[in-house]
Amino acid sequence: MKIGIPKEVHQGEKRVATTPDEAEKIIKLGFEVYVESGAGQAADILDEAYREAGVKISDDARSLWQSCDIIMKVRAPEIHPGLAIDEVDLMHEGQYLISYIWPAQNELLMQRLAEKKATVLAVDSVPRLSRAQKMDALSSMANISGYRAIVEAAQHYGRFFTGQITAAGKVLPAKVLVIGVGVAGLAAIGAAKSMGAIVRAFDTRPEVKEQVESMDAEFLMLDFEEDGSGAGGYAKTMSKEFIEAEMALLARQAMEVDIIITTALIPGKPAPELITAGMVESMKQGSVIVDLAAERGGNCAFTEKDQVVIKHGVTIIGYTDLPSRLANQSSQLYATNLRHLLTDLCPDKDGGLVVNMDDEVIRGTTVIQEGNTTWPPPAPKLSAAPAPQTEAPPTTEVKVKGSVIPEPIKQLLPLVVVGLVLFGIGAVAPTSFMSHFTVFVLACFVGYQVIWNVSASLHTPLMSVTNAISGIIVIGALVEISAPDRLITILSGLAILIAAINIAGGFLVTRRMLEMFRK
Amino acid sequence: MSQGLVTMSHIAASILFILSLSGLSNQTTARRGNYYGMLGMAIAIIATVMSDAVTSYTILIIALLIGGALGAKAALKVEMTQMPELVALMHSLVGMAAVLVGYANFMDHTSTLSGAEKTIHEVEIYIGILIGAITFSGSVIAFGKLCGRVSGKPILIQGRHWFNLVLLVAVIWLGSLFLAGTETGDGTVPLMLMTIIALIFGVHMVMAIGGADMPVVVSMLNSYSGWAAAATGFMLSNDLLIVTGALVGSSGAILSYIMCRAMNRNFISVIAGGFGSTSGGEATEVEGEVQSINTNETVQMLRDAKNIMIIPGYGMAVAQAQHTVYEITKLLRSQNKNVRFGIHPVAGRMPGHMNVLLAEAKVPYDIVHEMDEINDDFPDVDVSIVIGANDIVNPSALEDPNSPIAGMPVLECWKGHSTIVLKRSMASGYAGVGNPLFIHENTRMLFGDASDCLQTILKKLQN
Repeated sequence: MKIGIPKEVHQGEKRVATTPDEAEKIIKLGFEVYVESGAGQAADILDEAYREAGVKISDDARSLWQSCDIIMKVRAPEIHPGLAIDEVDLMHEGQYLISYIWPAQNELLMQRLAEKKATVLAVDSVPRLSRAQKMDALSSMANISGYRAIVEAAQHYGRFFTGQITAAGKVLPAKVLVIGVGVAGLAAIGAAKSMGAIVRAFDTRPEVKEQVESMDAEFLMLDFEEDGSGAGGYAKTMSKEFIEAEMALLARQAMEVDIIITTALIPGKPAPELITAGMVESMKQGSVIVDLAAERGGNCAFTEKDQVVIKHGVTIIGYTDLPSRLANQSSQLYATNLRHLLTDLCPDKDGGLVVNMDDEVIRGTTVIQEGNTTWPPPAPKLSAAPAPQTEAPPTTEVKVKGSVIPEPIKQLLPLVVVGLVLFGIGAVAPTSFMSHFTVFVLACFVGYQVIWNVSASLHTPLMSVTNAISGIIVIGALVEISAPDRLITILSGLAILIAAINIAGGFLVTRRMLEMFRK
Repeated sequence: MSQGLVTMSHIAASILFILSLSGLSNQTTARRGNYYGMLGMAIAIIATVMSDAVTSYTILIIALLIGGALGAKAALKVEMTQMPELVALMHSLVGMAAVLVGYANFMDHTSTLSGAEKTIHEVEIYIGILIGAITFSGSVIAFGKLCGRVSGKPILIQGRHWFNLVLLVAVIWLGSLFLAGTETGDGTVPLMLMTIIALIFGVHMVMAIGGADMPVVVSMLNSYSGWAAAATGFMLSNDLLIVTGALVGSSGAILSYIMCRAMNRNFISVIAGGFGSTSGGEATEVEGEVQSINTNETVQMLRDAKNIMIIPGYGMAVAQAQHTVYEITKLLRSQNKNVRFGIHPVAGRMPGHMNVLLAEAKVPYDIVHEMDEINDDFPDVDVSIVIGANDIVNPSALEDPNSPIAGMPVLECWKGHSTIVLKRSMASGYAGVGNPLFIHENTRMLFGDASDCLQTILKKLQN
């Protein structure tokens, strides 16, 4: 089948849906790939590079849309400014479309696509399953947004991120607060940490604490019992009391920190306002707020979508196109996500698409199948949050209870038995035996002390050397060999022979091994 | 030579043996320790040969020479991968020697003991032969299992514990018959019968143990061989034998204990034999998709990494890949990367086996670390490479109480930034796997023959 990659038409969109590397892998799956001329230019990918990868370049958007069976895009279809026609109208019946759709927000678009009898896979609807992670474009783009948010903040912040002691005086490190520790939040923490800042993070979901701490950042705990984990690993709306406590915490932090990155979103709701006008006012002059929730109204009271505003001396950045600002990087990750999706859609690697609605991932991603709206999908079975630990089966407990002997007696029992045995031996044994027994017990203890000191890496030489010295049994045979009885002599001779094998073999192989241990 | 001198030389030999074992506490003193052992053995043998008890020398010298030559040949020829077989074989020889000495001593009627001393002496002979015979047949079976001539699968007969109990009762009953028989000068038949029962018991005990548990078996038999020597010492009233036997016996016991702990087995149930079968609930089926990589990406990951941990398993030795691994290590270390080896106590087929295999490949021992030393370092490790190992890096040992290896300490490589697992093949795609490490988000699977893959990686790293 033919895959077409048109040039993005959205104002300011620099990404492209495939890269030469990924196109090459897609071609290996049996597809033909067509890219509109200049599609990759804004992401620093020339047509020439595509050609080298075996991609055919199409000069004209209209013919590309019409001749290809599958269209892969970044942004959802919209009015094409050059052709003055909606991209949906360029589609033909039965065509496949893979791109962002946002079906919940774009009802009209969904309706029009359904009328076209198209099959539409929305990359924003990939279920949050661990096996679908490799095609989860939302995560890979959020990662880039988080990274870029720190870069933007650094750009507008008038000081170092890192602390330094210089001849010209001491530089204090910047303090960064990240609100909402999703993929973007974690990426922001990582980027800020690597620039040397002091990073704090806040989230309503307590399970992210460990992730934050694993990145060497500080997790701000609210002294309040409420779990904010919602379905699919996203956050949910919290109770009023919780929000009050949260706001008090953020207000205290706002006075202290220099940079705030907000990423708090709740699925299907406007972004919660976490940084109030008062908090912005209380911040230091020159502080920066990067609001990654600007698309949905913003977490900060002053956020203006796609704008940088300065209020009370604080720069508030409301860009919504952060991935596009790292167009090459985000194109590469997006293209890889799409290629993984195609690999799952093309199990036979024959260049044909199989929309297998029994596959949970493909089912969730497909929003329109041959004109029938299949969105929203049934609720996913698994959540992205770790499943609770499996409990041990009750059988083991029954076993423990079944034991009649109470625990302290059980521990004492071996001691008592050993004591009785020793008493028994002592009562009947003659003196000569007792002196040997003394030697035996003391030797056991010497052995115990010595062996625990042996380095674990030398356990094999230890075994071979003990093999050699247990050849000392040869002494027993030596004292018997001079007995007059022929049979005894033969038995002893045999014993000497095999003990000698042990002695020579054991010592020599130990020596050979120890010679190998070199620094 | 007077008895006083002989005893004195035996004391010297005992001390030298203790020094020999304590020398093994680190690599620098280990070689000297081995020479102490040789010296001790030479003193003990020469003193005994020169003593009044020995009067005929021909057979003695011939036997010593033949035995010594055979042992030396085996020692110089053996492959390091075959060390467990050699060690098992040597255990069986000690057991055999104990049985032979026991019989020789039984037939020797020159001793003038009487009363309780005589009874104790008979008991000592009886126990010496018993332990020797168990050690002998058990070690022979262990040897067979290690070199694949006997199936590695545990063979469990119905009611094996009852069977063992019956054997034990029979041994005690025959023991009383034997003691009664010696009064009348005829204890040979019960002694022979007991020897046969002991041989059967040894076979049965090791047959019931699975091939994967061989490290425990080998160290357990090491312990038994020591006790056999100690029992012979009691029988002959020879303190040197008692001391040496006790040293070897406790050495084997401690090694078994360490191995049991490393595999989370119960020590008592090992001594009783027939362990290795697990009961309990269903282990959780792990589902997910593995992420595979090729050698190019592996090379890239290694180039970008600073802190690398190599986790070898016995599979590496089987593929003879340790030399290539070391070449790669050398190359990466010359680029100022911190490359280390993490060794699980049961990584090989006997305690410390993997260390010897790495030493043979000339890996310097100061970059080879034990599990306890390095398990806390994993969060700082950029890339862990798992070669031919599975259970020793299985997270379900810690996370899944129903897993067959639950509770066993493992190398926690999944806590590092990334893990590369070399594996021959795997049912691809979305399938249930036994080891959740394989589907961990930071794990990449490199499929193919370990030796070939590593060779390719080495070549690409060199370019």
